[in-house]
Amino acid sequence: MTEQPNSFKNQPDERGHFGQFGGRYVAETLMPLILDLEKEYRAAQADPAFKAEFDDLLEHYVGRPSPLYFAERLTEALGGAQIWFKRDELNHTGAHKINNCIGQILLAIRMGKTRIIAETGAGQHGVATATVCARFGLPCVIYMGAEDVKRQSPNVFRMKLLGAEVVPVTSGGATLKDAMNEGLRDWVANVHDTFYIIGTAAGPHPYPELVRDFQSVIGKEARAQMLSRAGRLPDLLIACIGGGSNALGLFHPFLDDPDVKMLGVEAAGHGLDGDEHAASLLGGVPGILHGNKTYLLQDEDGQITEGHSISAGLDYPGIGPEHAWLKESGRVEYTAVTDEEALDGFQLLCRTEGIIPALEPSHAIAAVAKRAKEMPDDSIILMNLCGRGDKDIFTVAEKLGVEI
Amino acid sequence: MTRFSSAFSAPALVCFITAGDGDTAANLDALVEGGADVIELGMPFTDPMADGPAIQAANLRSLGAGTTTADVLQIATDFRARHPDVPLVLMGYANPMIRRGSEWFADAAKKAGVDGVICVDIPPEEDEELGPALRDAGIAPIRLATPTTDAARLPRVLHGSQGFVYYVSVAGITGKQQAAQASIEDNVARIKQSTDLPVAVGFGVRTPEQAADIARVADGVVVGSALVEIVGEFGKDAPAKLKELTSALAAAVHAAQ
Repeated sequence: MTEQPNSFKNQPDERGHFGQFGGRYVAETLMPLILDLEKEYRAAQADPAFKAEFDDLLEHYVGRPSPLYFAERLTEALGGAQIWFKRDELNHTGAHKINNCIGQILLAIRMGKTRIIAETGAGQHGVATATVCARFGLPCVIYMGAEDVKRQSPNVFRMKLLGAEVVPVTSGGATLKDAMNEGLRDWVANVHDTFYIIGTAAGPHPYPELVRDFQSVIGKEARAQMLSRAGRLPDLLIACIGGGSNALGLFHPFLDDPDVKMLGVEAAGHGLDGDEHAASLLGGVPGILHGNKTYLLQDEDGQITEGHSISAGLDYPGIGPEHAWLKESGRVEYTAVTDEEALDGFQLLCRTEGIIPALEPSHAIAAVAKRAKEMPDDSIILMNLCGRGDKDIFTVAEKLGVEI
Repeated sequence: MTRFSSAFSAPALVCFITAGDGDTAANLDALVEGGADVIELGMPFTDPMADGPAIQAANLRSLGAGTTTADVLQIATDFRARHPDVPLVLMGYANPMIRRGSEWFADAAKKAGVDGVICVDIPPEEDEELGPALRDAGIAPIRLATPTTDAARLPRVLHGSQGFVYYVSVAGITGKQQAAQASIEDNVARIKQSTDLPVAVGFGVRTPEQAADIARVADGVVVGSALVEIVGEFGKDAPAKLKELTSALAAAVHAAQ
């Protein structure tokens, strides 16, 4: 680690690099479009009307601000730090994904694009994209790995109800990374009219930056709510990480508060000592995929390996480049929890708080359970409860050996 | 004179196949015997996001057969020993190329007798990642220009390019539709006004007739998916079929002026 930067919030640089990570590693056909997107995003940032429309939709369509909730019974059950949740699972469509989709579809409309494409893993981003496309009357094609189509049939049906075309992707391992490849193939052939709504804070610049900015509403609200409710900032922020957009959304507004520690929780699957996990930061090495340089699960020849997690939303062999940088700079700590631990976290929250969480934040709950006990009872942990678990009940039932 | 400048002194046929897919040495020999002037050897990658179904399948077949980076370099080394004068280009994606460091890759490719490298997902904006190492090793970084590369952007693409310019004639993936001849003519003329490098045109070229039309206006014609499909369909019997198609393509390209 070299000397500390003056601010952790001024990344990326003008070329889209977060330290050595990020960048724009795309085929030449896409470069002019990526550069256009950046120009249009800068114009939108400077346009009060864009911000006003974004804020208005978040308030009246998504239902923001989401509540900040003190989880009293969970706190008692664990013994230790007070546990607070940012309730992003209460958003329209049931997860944080919609925040980003609202921002990106407004950009697409600004750019005069008339067709939307997206990739999805668990289907949450696909549902959120199909939702905003229905809301704005734009045709929508969602690429989804054929394996995920099978595992997540309720979300496939939701997308279809919302008018989206869902294309099962059979190439490669037929999961999220293959869906992203197919999205990029569609985009490169349809650059003239198509906007690609990327679902996480990854991909070529400016996507990691703009997705983070749209998701930062989570941390901005939480910071103000915490100051108003508890009169001080939290001691520790915790969020799960697949590509990393919900974690960045929570963390970013706190990055320059030196007393606020942060913990990102990756999916350890069956354990980090084997190959069946999705922990790119803890178990991967830097490389280039899907437009950015970041930590990747890969072999010694640079071939990408398949991630595994009980949660389809964390099952991706890469990670947003800003997380790669935050790890190297030491500002954020990263850990991983297994499928088993996440299932325990899932059930713990159901029974103590009457909240059925998605399997993704169940990973964060498992990390909360470990850390809370080690902290004094006047300290505060703030966790992003980024999605609700309706979509996961079938997976959980199967793991618990219950037939429904 | 480099191998490239000799090869492009008259309209040249550039042939692509994926390394490690089938009997690559025999297939490469068939391409050269058929009249290929430049060889593009694809480095297999798990996530070939700029490629259509034919080359995706070739990548999977190659990786499924256990092809490693060392194998690809050995195929190149052996090719160079058998064909000292035919330009050899490695084409692929960034991650396998930079995995052990760009200097390592450039040195290994140089030792294997490689003349140029096409990296699909390193645009000029990220040249530092691989370009300096290649140029230092005496390997040509070959850039792609596309229908979306407008006049304002073209100089940026050409700056630092060596060997030849690969004009991707359609905005899309490999092996799909072919561009209109008029669009190819306009774009090749536009690129040739800005560079002395030869311009080769590829994406969607399958037949001798298409190749002849392109060879009348460009310095080279690239054929990939049509050849890769033969490798996939005929396996061990691919060399004879490859030679047959390559001969027809080469005759058409070489007759054009």
